[in-house]
Amino acid sequence: MTDTALPTTESSAPGVPLAAISVRSAGKIFTVAKGAEVQALTNIDLTVAPGEFVSLIGPSGCGKSTLLRLIADLDSATSGEILVFGKTARQARLDQEYGIAFQSAGLLPWRSVQANIELPLELHGVGKTERAARAEELIELVGLTDFRSRFPDQLSGGMQQRVAIARSLAERPKLLLMDEPFGALDEMTRERMQQELVRICSETGAAVVFVTHSIPEAVFLSDRVVVMSPRPGRIVDIVDVDLGPGTERSDSLREDGAFFAGVTAVREALHGAPVTPRGADLR
Amino acid sequence: MSDEQRTVKSVEAAAEHPESGLLGTVAIDPTAPALFSLPAEAEATGGRAAAADRRRSVARSVLPPVLLGVAFLLLWQLAVVAFDIKPYLLPSPSDIVGQIFIVLPLLWSSLLATGLNALIGLVLGGLIAVVLALLASRVSILDRMIVPIVAAVAVVPIVALAPILNTMFGSTSDTPRRIVVLIVVFAPVFINTLRGLRQVRPVHRDLMRAYAASNWQLTRTVTLPGAVPFIFTGLRIAAPLGVISAIVAEYFGGLQNGLGSRITSAAANSAYPRAWSYVFGAIILGLVFYAVTLLLERLASRRRA
Repeated sequence: MTDTALPTTESSAPGVPLAAISVRSAGKIFTVAKGAEVQALTNIDLTVAPGEFVSLIGPSGCGKSTLLRLIADLDSATSGEILVFGKTARQARLDQEYGIAFQSAGLLPWRSVQANIELPLELHGVGKTERAARAEELIELVGLTDFRSRFPDQLSGGMQQRVAIARSLAERPKLLLMDEPFGALDEMTRERMQQELVRICSETGAAVVFVTHSIPEAVFLSDRVVVMSPRPGRIVDIVDVDLGPGTERSDSLREDGAFFAGVTAVREALHGAPVTPRGADLR
Repeated sequence: MSDEQRTVKSVEAAAEHPESGLLGTVAIDPTAPALFSLPAEAEATGGRAAAADRRRSVARSVLPPVLLGVAFLLLWQLAVVAFDIKPYLLPSPSDIVGQIFIVLPLLWSSLLATGLNALIGLVLGGLIAVVLALLASRVSILDRMIVPIVAAVAVVPIVALAPILNTMFGSTSDTPRRIVVLIVVFAPVFINTLRGLRQVRPVHRDLMRAYAASNWQLTRTVTLPGAVPFIFTGLRIAAPLGVISAIVAEYFGGLQNGLGSRITSAAANSAYPRAWSYVFGAIILGLVFYAVTLLLERLASRRRA
């Protein structure tokens, strides 16, 4: 049911694709007031294959967001090694190897939808016409064609988040890092966004690391669900989910036996209770 | 698409957005009549009914103060006539209005002269304040150096400074007056701008770091645009102060071309209704500066979600 075995071979070997992310016994210690230390993450090992969708799930304080921030080089690990496409996290950030989206859309309120999507391209010196063309594609991809010249305050939360996702895809990254991007959305919008995300990701072939604390969300979206536990933050289990290719995942899947089985498996891993699975095979 | 219906809702929700708390100091009243509403908003609220609504709300906010003002002037006129108050104590509004028409060309030219001094001082003081605030927000040593100096500048007594500057620059120059305005304007703009520059949201900071953006790119695309509403709030606070200082600076000699010098010379000649007519000009000038900067502030703040 669950599978903790990780492909451990680091792959500079010819023929074997380079892992999108490779985390080796990484740890993070935060120094808080008066020199006290908090062990946010300890002994993290995780490999994400190219094109793979991996969710990080766990209760608050389990360090899932911290792990994402370490991969993004928004914080740096105090121990261990983090490689993104074979480069250090810092180099990968400088080389713009990933796109990122946060829980709050983080759009610039004084920029239109289009200008917000163009932001990363603009910062990296892409020409005006090329920028506009790429923004056009992305606006269509996320279904905001009629809202191109609107401003963020004229959009609903779900629409803002779609703009943020379009922005994270602007530079065609092979890796997407998402920190609870749907956390603030209502359930209906959330399900629709999940479906769109899973479609977009399988179309673009990007690997995704997706932080969430919703079990159904993690199961619906992922190829693998990484279950984490707090104090100190660590990986307790990795659940394989196989719900078929992203392009074919639809609403009906949410009522499918395989989906429920996945939910159960993740639940059990989260609660640490070795309840005997009731016959459902995930694969 | 149901999202379209939600758009309007999200505009309302934006008002409750935690970030708007940061703007508490900006003192923008969202319930104020939408005098400067955007085309998109007008479109959303839908056509003629909205326009009529707006007209009614403008009438409701403009009419009462106008009525009060008229009533006040009538009472003033009545009191002066009834109690036979001498013009050197308090001239009647009708005398003042009569004087305004007599001195109109001179009133206009002195209003322009004082207004130009105030404008130049405001623009230069504002620019210097913004540039120094940018430096202070970027370099912490400069921050520690500049902030105490700003405190010192903020308490410079312009009444004492004006005569000194007059001797420095000579009495045929407008420069001393402009410098006085510049000094007065500087502190409020600097303090507000610096505050605005420090309001960068963590998510924007993370985003720009993820984009490997340079410091200058961060300033240009996030920090400075985010501070624009604060800059204009500073200017709105500073503008009336600038006009008052431009007028007061004229009390200490020098060129006799502005409202301040006309007020003092009319008063010195016991021409009280004339002095009052220039005071009226000063009020108009102050209101114009206030209204224009208020308009700019609203335009600058309209995109704060």
